This record gives sequence, C-alpha cells and structure tokens, in this order.
Amino acid sequence: MSLPIAVPSSKRPAATNSCRVCAPLGSVLAFRGLRGCMPLIHGSQGCATYIRRYLISHFREPMDVGSTSFDESATIFGGQSNLAAAIKNMVRQYAPEVIGVCTTCLAETIGEDTEGILREITTEDPSLPPIIHVSTPSFKGCQYRGFHDTVAAILKVTAKAGTPMSHLNLLPGPVSPADLRHLRELVEAFGLPLLMLPDYSETLDGPSLASYAPIPEGGTALADVADAGRAIGTLQLGATLEPGPGASLQRDFGVPLVRASLPIGVRATDAVLASLAAFAATDAAGAAAAAIPAWLSAERGRLVDAYVDGHKYVSGRRVAVVGDPDLAVAVAGFCAEIGLIPVLVASGALTHRMAPALEALGLAPGAFEVMEDADYDSIQRRVIELKPDLVLGPSKAYPMARALGIPLVRIGFPVHDRIGAGRILHLGYRGTQRLFDEVANALLANQQDSSEMGYAYQ
Amino acid sequence: MSEREPIPSPEAFRDEVVKSYPGKVGKKRAKHILVNDPEVPAEIEANVRTIPGIISQRGCCYAGCKGVVMGPIKDMVHIVHGPIGCSYYAWLSRRNQAATGDGIANFIHYAFSTDMQEEDIVFGGEKKLAQACREAYALLKPTAIGLYSTCPVGLIGDDVHAVARQMKEELGINVFGFSCEGYKGVSQSAGHHIANNGLFKNVVGENDTPVDHPFSINLLGEYNIGGDAFEIERILELCGIHLVATFSGNVKYDDIAQSHNAKLNVVMCHRSINYMAEMMESKFGIPWFKVNFIGADSTAKSLRKIAEYFGNEDLTARVEAVIADELAKVVSVRADVASRLAGKTAMLFVGGSRAHHYQDLFSEVGMTSVAAGYEFAHRDDYEGRRVLPTIKVDADTRNIEELHITADDTRYSPRRTPEELAAAEKKGFNWRDYDGMMSQMKKGTLVIDDISHFEMEKLIATYKPDIFCSGVKDKYVVEKMGVPCKQLHSYDYGGPYAGFIGATNFYQEIDRMIGKRISKLISPPWKQQSA
Repeated sequence: MSLPIAVPSSKRPAATNSCRVCAPLGSVLAFRGLRGCMPLIHGSQGCATYIRRYLISHFREPMDVGSTSFDESATIFGGQSNLAAAIKNMVRQYAPEVIGVCTTCLAETIGEDTEGILREITTEDPSLPPIIHVSTPSFKGCQYRGFHDTVAAILKVTAKAGTPMSHLNLLPGPVSPADLRHLRELVEAFGLPLLMLPDYSETLDGPSLASYAPIPEGGTALADVADAGRAIGTLQLGATLEPGPGASLQRDFGVPLVRASLPIGVRATDAVLASLAAFAATDAAGAAAAAIPAWLSAERGRLVDAYVDGHKYVSGRRVAVVGDPDLAVAVAGFCAEIGLIPVLVASGALTHRMAPALEALGLAPGAFEVMEDADYDSIQRRVIELKPDLVLGPSKAYPMARALGIPLVRIGFPVHDRIGAGRILHLGYRGTQRLFDEVANALLANQQDSSEMGYAYQ
Repeated sequence: MSEREPIPSPEAFRDEVVKSYPGKVGKKRAKHILVNDPEVPAEIEANVRTIPGIISQRGCCYAGCKGVVMGPIKDMVHIVHGPIGCSYYAWLSRRNQAATGDGIANFIHYAFSTDMQEEDIVFGGEKKLAQACREAYALLKPTAIGLYSTCPVGLIGDDVHAVARQMKEELGINVFGFSCEGYKGVSQSAGHHIANNGLFKNVVGENDTPVDHPFSINLLGEYNIGGDAFEIERILELCGIHLVATFSGNVKYDDIAQSHNAKLNVVMCHRSINYMAEMMESKFGIPWFKVNFIGADSTAKSLRKIAEYFGNEDLTARVEAVIADELAKVVSVRADVASRLAGKTAMLFVGGSRAHHYQDLFSEVGMTSVAAGYEFAHRDDYEGRRVLPTIKVDADTRNIEELHITADDTRYSPRRTPEELAAAEKKGFNWRDYDGMMSQMKKGTLVIDDISHFEMEKLIATYKPDIFCSGVKDKYVVEKMGVPCKQLHSYDYGGPYAGFIGATNFYQEIDRMIGKRISKLISPPWKQQSA
C-alpha cells in the first residue's frame, strides 16, 4: 500500500507520533487555576497517574490529582460509590475549597451519568465544598478542548448576575505561568481590576517553601468567579475559539465579549492593549487611565528597535510552527510580522478555524499550509517537502528537528527536555522580545555552526 | 529546620497517619503500614485496590504491559488501540534505551495509536486496527507487531486477538494482541503478568536456532532505564557469559524468540517477570534464580552465583578477575563518598523491586534505609517467596489469566536434573529464591505499601530523611520540602546505576545531591529568626 501524505490523525488508522494528548489533561490544567482546587478524574486510575506525570514533567511542580480508581465491577455497574468515596477521602485529607471532576474515556464509554451522581452526592451531604463537573471524553477532543470546556463549565455553574462591577474578565487560554503573570501586569497597568480564569501562575510556578502546602497558594477564588457576570467586559484570548467560553457571559449576563488573538508580535499586542484601554475608558473613573502606560511604550520601542536590528537575520527564512491552535496561529502571525515566512502551521487539535484566523492576522491566503488534526509523522512529511529553516514547537518536535537538522525553538506544551517551561514568556512586547531574540539567535547559531569559518563576530 | 522536635517512634507515626483517615479507610491503610522486624516479617497488605481519592503513585494495567514490559522491544511496532492519550503517555516516557546503528531496527521512538473517535467507540474499531497494522507495516517493516487494548476496547467488545490472527496471516509476520485494558487488576502489576503471558504464548520458542555457547543466560526483568542494561551487557561480555535475551531492555524480537535455548534464567525485577521464569522452567526446563546488579557488591555476588551455577573453573577464574579489576576502580570512590555519607538516611518508595535493590547501593556507602515500600508489588516481594502459598487470591487477581504450563513434548530439556538441583540446594545454593525486602531492612524501620501522597508528606515532614527516592510524580513535592529527591524510575536523565560503573555513578550522584547547599537558601535572611 502507498503511505499517506498528511491524512488527519483521527482519520488515519495508525496515528503516528501524536501531536495532541487527551482532554482530561487540559481539564486538570484549567482546574489548577482555581484557588484551593483539587482535580479528581473519574474512571481509570492510570489516567490520573499519566496526566500527573506529564504535567509534572513540563511544569516541574507538584501536581496532586485524585482518581476514582474504577475496578472491573465499577466498570460494569458504574462508579457511583467510587466517586462518593473519592470525594469524602479528598475532603478529609486535603480540605479543598473546590473539587473539579473530569472524566476518562472509561467513564464516558459506559455512559456514566456523572452529573446526576454528583447531584445526589451533594444533596446527601450539603457540607461538601462546591464540585464542578466537566465531561472530557478523549474520543471527542484533545487537551485543547478539555481546557476550554472546563473554563466554560466553571463559568456556567459559578457566574451570577448582579449589580455591575468595574473588573475585567480575562480568559487567557492554556498559556504559561509566566504569560499569566505578565497578562495580570498588563491589565493592572490600565488600572483595571482583574478576574482571570484560570490563573495557575502561582499554583504551577510556586516558590520553594520551608513548610509545604499540599494545595499550593494562588489561583482564582471561586467566589470571585461568581462576579464574572457583573464585569465591564470579557477579553478572551485565542484566535480560533468559536465562540469560546466567554460567549455564555455575554449571552446570559450581557457582559461584552472582546475576542483577540494571543498578544504575540507588535500588532497583536497593540490590539490587545487597545482593547484594555477601551475597557478602562468605559469605566467612568478609569477614563484618564486609558492611555498606554509609558513603560509599555518603552517596551514596544525596544522591541521595534530589535526588529530593525535583527531583521536581516530572519527575513526571508522559512519556518514551521507546531502547537495548540491559538498559540500556533499567534506565533505564525508574529513570524510573518518580522519577515519570516511561515510555510507550515500545524496543530494536533481540530478547530477548522486556523486558516481563517491566520488570514485575519494578515497572512496571504495560499502562501502557507495549515495542518489541523495532524500527527508528527504527517507533519514531518510536509516539513521534508517544505524545507523550513526553523521549527517553533514543543519538545515533541525535537526528534523531527533533529532528524532533519533544523533548529528548534521550544514553545507551548509540552516542553519536557528543557527546564523552565513554566517560565517561557510568549506574550506581550516583552514575550515577543524574548521570542524574537531566541528565533534570531537560533538561526544565527545554525549558520555559525554549519559554517566552515565559524566567525565569532557578526 | 535545625531545631528538631523529638522524633516520634514509627509506631506513633503509623497510628497518627491511620487516625487522620475516615474510619474504614484508616483501618484499610493500617494493614499497609508496618514497623519492620527482619527476623519475623509481619504480614503486609499489598496488591489490593487503591482506595478512591487516595492519591497513589500507581499506574494502570496498560502501562505495565505496553509501557514497561513490551514497549522496550526495539524492532517491534507497538500499536495502541484506543483514544489518543494512552499512546502519547507511554511514548518513551520511561526512558528505556535501545542501541541503534547500521542494520539495527529500532522503532522505540515511534508511538502508534488508532486514535479512536466517537464513531469507532459506537461502531467498533477492529477495521481501523487492521488497517493500522497494514499502515505501520508499510511504514517500518517491523519484525513483529503488538496490539494493546485500552479501557474502551474491552467495553465495546473489539477483539484485538482476532485482528492479530488475521493480520499475522495477511502480513506474514508475527502479530499478537494484549487484553491489557487499564481497569484490569489494581495497578501496572496486572499488565506485567498479561505481558508475560503474551510473550510466552506468542514469542518465546518461536525461533529454534540452537544457542551455541557453554555459558548462555537470559536476563529477566531488566528494562535498560538510563542504560543499565548496557552496563550489565558490558560486564557479562568481559566475563565471557553469553546473553541471549534481556526481557526486555535493548532487545530484539528474535532474541526473545530464541531465549528458550539458553541454559539459565536470572531474574532482576522479580515482580514484573517472575511469571516468565516459572513458565520457562516448566516448559523448557530452564532453572532460575534471583540476581541483583544494583550495587557493586551485589553485582559481584550475582556474577559469582552465575559462575557457580555453570561450575566451570575457567569461567569462575575469569569472573573473579573481572570482579577484582572492576571493584578496584569502585572502592576508592566509595570510600571517599562514604566518608561524607555514612550514617545518613534514605527513604525509597518506588516500583516492585527498585525500593529493595537500591538499598544495597545506600548501604555500600554506609547509609541506612529508614523507610521503604513498593508502588505495585505483592506480598512475596516484601516478605519473600515463602509466603506464596498463603497469598489470598482476590477478584482483581482472578481476572488476570493464569497460564498452566506443562513440559514441552519435544523441547523440554532440564538443564539440571532434580537430583542436581537438590544437591546444590543442600550446599546452600538457592533456586527460585527471593527473600523479599523486609528481611533485609533493619528492625524498627517503616515499610509502607502503595504509599499515598498524604502519607509521604507526613513521613518526610516527620523524619526529614537526607534523601528520598521516588518518581517524577512525587519529586517536586519532596523538593519543595527541602529534601533532595532521586528519581528511580527515569534517573533524572542520569544513569546507568547498575553494575560497577553504575555504582560509582550512583555514589557520586547521591553525594552531590545530599551535599548541595541550595536548600539553605529557601528561607530568605530577612525571614530567618535570629538565634
């Protein structure tokens, strides 16, 4: 038989070297951004273990996640008693403020009515902490969907109507802890109170402590999420989200929704800052604060200066970008802005939205290839054809980059062959600056290393 | 940190942990936590289901089958039948290594999955699986293909074995399936057993080419994490001992297919592979005994036992020469490291053998293992094989197939007669031996089976060991508490730690970790109380 050229992973009989992972992983990540939250995975024990070990190898931080540890009888008769026991035991050991329940393929395949069971459990014992449930079958979606469905589920059961307040809702998507910290800084620079969901900037990049807290400090309090329905607006980051979790706040509570691509690059960051300035101006007291703060102008200035200085090293070079849809789109937009040619933008997830989102960022239709629902084997076939000079992607792109002798700049998730994944800053002028320097330097290093002369002076 | 409360007795620690659980849970956990007496190892509860909501280190049946035992076989293609996550998670995440080079097929960098979608769950995925075999075969031309079932497969009734038979016929290579759904058994241990059964039924004995070497052995239960098997291979070669197959680190399909022609089986990881040793003895007459290549002295002891088995003077002399030569390089490092580490304490909570094996390395530098336990072991790994007849078989264990093996009609050839086995035994040579972890640990140490995260945190806070050995899931909890944590699953990108070179590596690694001063920076000067 002939070998497939770029068949979608889900349609391909033998998906080879997957570019996506399962939905409950994304869900656990989102739950870790709620204050005092313990995630609980309903179904097979191994899923919790695998998800923990994978998230840990990226973040290098503790990641306690419970499991309802189905045995064969639970598999046949349902896991009601397992779920009840798990909740009771977790409450006793950890006293969580909230429990986030997501499901494995096992629970989903047997058609477990997790929602109904949880209703019974909480009716029976009203002293339990709030429990939020999200259905995460991995035969319907990957970590990207699990993450956003979880954010939507948290908002759905928590957000309430009420008198308007002055804060901004920010739905950042699955970005790094360093990104989350920087986003907070940006919003606060406009004098806007912030409700960010999720916020794992501290829970997944915390300090060393003399005394260990089993549930790390940080995260967004559920009580604050209740105010999401009273915000001046919602800023939802992610160019491929359609409509995304912020839509329910607009529909149910009339909270204006502004959707933007992740702020990577000068133009994309300008756009997000303009939105923040507009939100700040809608708040009567904040009208004066709507100007772009001086330090941000300075960061922008330095970034543009670096573009000017470094342009000659990047211009005309071809890149392939691999990652979660929104990150891949935003990074490709940045690449185009600095004169790199994004020849391939690939993701393991399926959104049908990447190509239009890239065109909306100004990439010429037909000038680039998009692969959604892709595996690395298919990506590699295209990379061999398209001959990029550089790959931007997670650690899983390394074997391909190595085999083809192409430098790799690590972004996104998972980055488990380098330290500091949680500290990779992708966003804002500052994140773009870091990314630009790294991209230019990777190209310079490759040129230098493969040169016979090996000049140390450029 | 410098002011220590009076250290509670292990009994008091145990009582306090048990009390902090809800009543029934406490009663259950109490049976997993023992204060050790090496003279009379008490009965420990092990290999029973983890209580829901108790955060465990344990994985699943699929992880034990595909991830641990089968995955390292390097020239096979392993196709995971299920939704995408399971394949992704077992994609070289165990850091088992395999030599590569011209003409050596090595596919361990590949992860194949049928990436089941909703329609496959509803209508069945057998056709997709068959097509996956064709596609993977066209891509890599592997020696054989293994098919691995994940949770949904058993539920929707896909028959991986039927697909395997059909594909074996069609592709003309060996294709075989494993019903290793994640919900089977109580941990990865069930998957080890299923993998052993599958390998035994489908691979061992498939290649009858004789092994032409007087001292041929198989090494069972060595998975080449961090290159351990490479070091053992080096040592065996120096000794003139021929390694037919390692189950399953750095191994080819054909090595295992031919392994029934070796003269001896030696077992490293008793937990994951003892089934294979037993079955090969019953069917082919190959005797087995336990070895341990973790620790320089343990390595020497194991080599001597192998030489004793063969009873050949030249071999014995050569083995002694190798030991003398290798130990000479080890002892100076060991003495230097021991001068700093003697008297320090270690805790080990990992695996089904490693928590025991690594105690040898610690004792070689004068350290004491004050608490240890396994993640997925059975009572015999704690108390020794003498308790095997008394182990209760519960429902979870009954669901794992037990093969009843009889002698092969034509190929059964006992390497030792019953009389010879008995005579050797009389002289103190133990066959099929494993005394377990508890008889080696000191009186009053803690033995905890399937330790929970909660218990681990209490244990560290209470006893502040100088080093804690575990896996990546615990590592950053332990390090947040200011205690160095050595990963004994993946070795933190380090290794090898087996054999002589490995022992030296390990001594130096532990010396570096315990000696590091970074933890002194945890509390900033402005928060430290003045004395």
